[in-house]
Amino acid sequence: MNPESKSHPTEQAEPLVKIENLKKYFPIKGGGYFTGSKKIVKAVDNVTFEIYRGETLGLVGESGCGKSTLGRNILRLQEPTDGRVFFKEENILAYKGHEMRKLRKQMQIIYQDPFSSLNPRFTVGEIIGEMYDIHGIAKGAEKEKKIKEMIELVGLDPSRYHNYPHEFSGGQRQRIGIARALALNPEFVVADEPVSALDVSVQSQILNLLMKLKEELGLTMLFIAHGLNVVRHISDRVGVMYLGKIVELSETDNIFDNPAHPYTAALLSTVPEADPRLKKERIVLKGEVPSPANPPSGCHFRTRCPLATERCAIEEPPLLEVRDKHFAACHYPLEKGQTLKQAISSKEQSQESVTI
Amino acid sequence: MDKILEIDNLVTAYQGKEGFVKAVDGVSFDLNRGDTICIVGESGSGKSVTAMSIMRLVEFENGKIREGTIKFNGEDLAKKSNEEMRKIRGSRISMIFQEPLTALNPVFTVGKQITEAILFHYPIGKKEAWRRAEEMVRLVGLSDPKARLKQYPHELSGGMRQRIMIAIALASEPELLIADEPTTALDVTIEAQILELLRSLRRERNMSIMLITHDIGVAAEMADRIIIMYAGKIMEISDTQDLFDKPLHPYSKGLLDSVPRMDGERGVPLNSIEGSIPRLNEVPDGCRFSPRCPFATEKCHEEMPPLEFRGTRQVACWHVDQLLENDSLSNDRKGGEFIEPGIKEPSY
Repeated sequence: MNPESKSHPTEQAEPLVKIENLKKYFPIKGGGYFTGSKKIVKAVDNVTFEIYRGETLGLVGESGCGKSTLGRNILRLQEPTDGRVFFKEENILAYKGHEMRKLRKQMQIIYQDPFSSLNPRFTVGEIIGEMYDIHGIAKGAEKEKKIKEMIELVGLDPSRYHNYPHEFSGGQRQRIGIARALALNPEFVVADEPVSALDVSVQSQILNLLMKLKEELGLTMLFIAHGLNVVRHISDRVGVMYLGKIVELSETDNIFDNPAHPYTAALLSTVPEADPRLKKERIVLKGEVPSPANPPSGCHFRTRCPLATERCAIEEPPLLEVRDKHFAACHYPLEKGQTLKQAISSKEQSQESVTI
Repeated sequence: MDKILEIDNLVTAYQGKEGFVKAVDGVSFDLNRGDTICIVGESGSGKSVTAMSIMRLVEFENGKIREGTIKFNGEDLAKKSNEEMRKIRGSRISMIFQEPLTALNPVFTVGKQITEAILFHYPIGKKEAWRRAEEMVRLVGLSDPKARLKQYPHELSGGMRQRIMIAIALASEPELLIADEPTTALDVTIEAQILELLRSLRRERNMSIMLITHDIGVAAEMADRIIIMYAGKIMEISDTQDLFDKPLHPYSKGLLDSVPRMDGERGVPLNSIEGSIPRLNEVPDGCRFSPRCPFATEKCHEEMPPLEFRGTRQVACWHVDQLLENDSLSNDRKGGEFIEPGIKEPSY
């Protein structure tokens, strides 16, 4: 089953990255010590989707849903357990070391924490220059010129070439992280929570920078974040993850205006909105995300889902096109324009009629 | 109106390498009984230090209240001895923290920690204390309280730990609850649960709440009144609705505009505030916000404006009249009218 091929049959949108049945399992302690049995956590569990050239695909989910793991596995910063990742039609999971090293020029990552992701003993020039050294791209005066161009590109003063990371604020450090990621002119960038560690007034600066650079350099970006408002603002399409699976995927407006999956709908209803007049119908989900080491049978979300039935416990819903270009993994997706509250009450009514 | 808390000209400083640095510099505000007030600010704004000063906990981390009074029900907490403070802390004023895992003791069960709080404040027996602890755990919305009490903090999830923290904080039925970023470490769905819990507790117990947050959305949902702090000073105090309708301070406006809205236009450049937050030991002269303020003039760079009343609201800005006249602060959410400032860092 490949949902994407249905979604964009003839459009010029061409996938740059294709992820097929990607799995990442981690063994954990547990099971019997003497029996040697091992438990596994399915951090990424059979995920299939495509990232189109030039788009920003946002990936949202709560902590532990596997969104960062997914990002790392696509770049092979971790080795996936199973599945295939195609970059420009080539399965990069089959690549050997030197092939992979070449590919690294084209795929880069921006990390969340601008404090721990920069080496404190390197100057800015060295941090960015390392990229050119590793790939043998530029030396000496030419390298320095390139580095200064990058520093300027991300909005810092090139005269700070010889400064160390601790001399910069959090936002400036994140700019250095971005300069490093973009130094080799990659086509594809994974931005893993790039603004989560920053203060509000600095967040918007970095978001603006990312949007501008994406436009100017024609980047394709996988933007991972838990802030729904941030993801909405920056993404062309959005994927929603829950316990290692993508449960909903569509264009940003579809997701935010007419969510199909009850989890997405509930998630959206709980975002604290910066406007006291907007009193939303809040659906506060009960309970917590179950442990990924021991996920519920069937649909992983069913334990918290207000619409769940017996079927959800038995049968795992596949990611299907429920509306035009709108994919959801749910047996009872919301109809267009239907709110979760309406769906809940109609479910209750139908149940009553059954019991009567 | 009955005031539970009156803070006047609070100055709290920390011992640094080169003398004292003021983390809170001349902060004054009141809290009405039964109200929820939110202190909103970015890192280094002094919002947490204000809370730690009220609890007189700054002394345990090298800080000192240098000036000012903190009147709680008319009594000045700044003058209390440590012994006296110990009786107030956790009984009449309770506090919950951002990271519940570090705030809870890992080697004791949850039940032990809740009963400890109860036994400290009430002259009752152990059995009775356990019964009350069970009640508290049920009150904060956890299922199977008996089993929960036997668990250790590491066995609980982040949301459950925060509920336990709230249970401990409420065990003594405090008049004032100070919550320092109580939901920052939590996921949105769990955040919604905790905020719901705080709201219902406030309704049922008529508790006053001081909530500290960097999230303007959380403040919008919870607060009756909002205090905007920046670099140790209060910039604006307003009723929640007023603030969101029309902020009076350029920093308040910048803060509101920086947050992408769920109904805003997508993909467009966000209004952002230029530059970065000053470090405590290098706060600028004059208005703290002046180096980043698009409207700053010579006067702003030289003299800090006082926090002055405008109707029910208070604002510290030299140019508020002029800005209101030009309608520069009205919250159209599309922004745009911010004049290009003296560029430190480009805005994109």
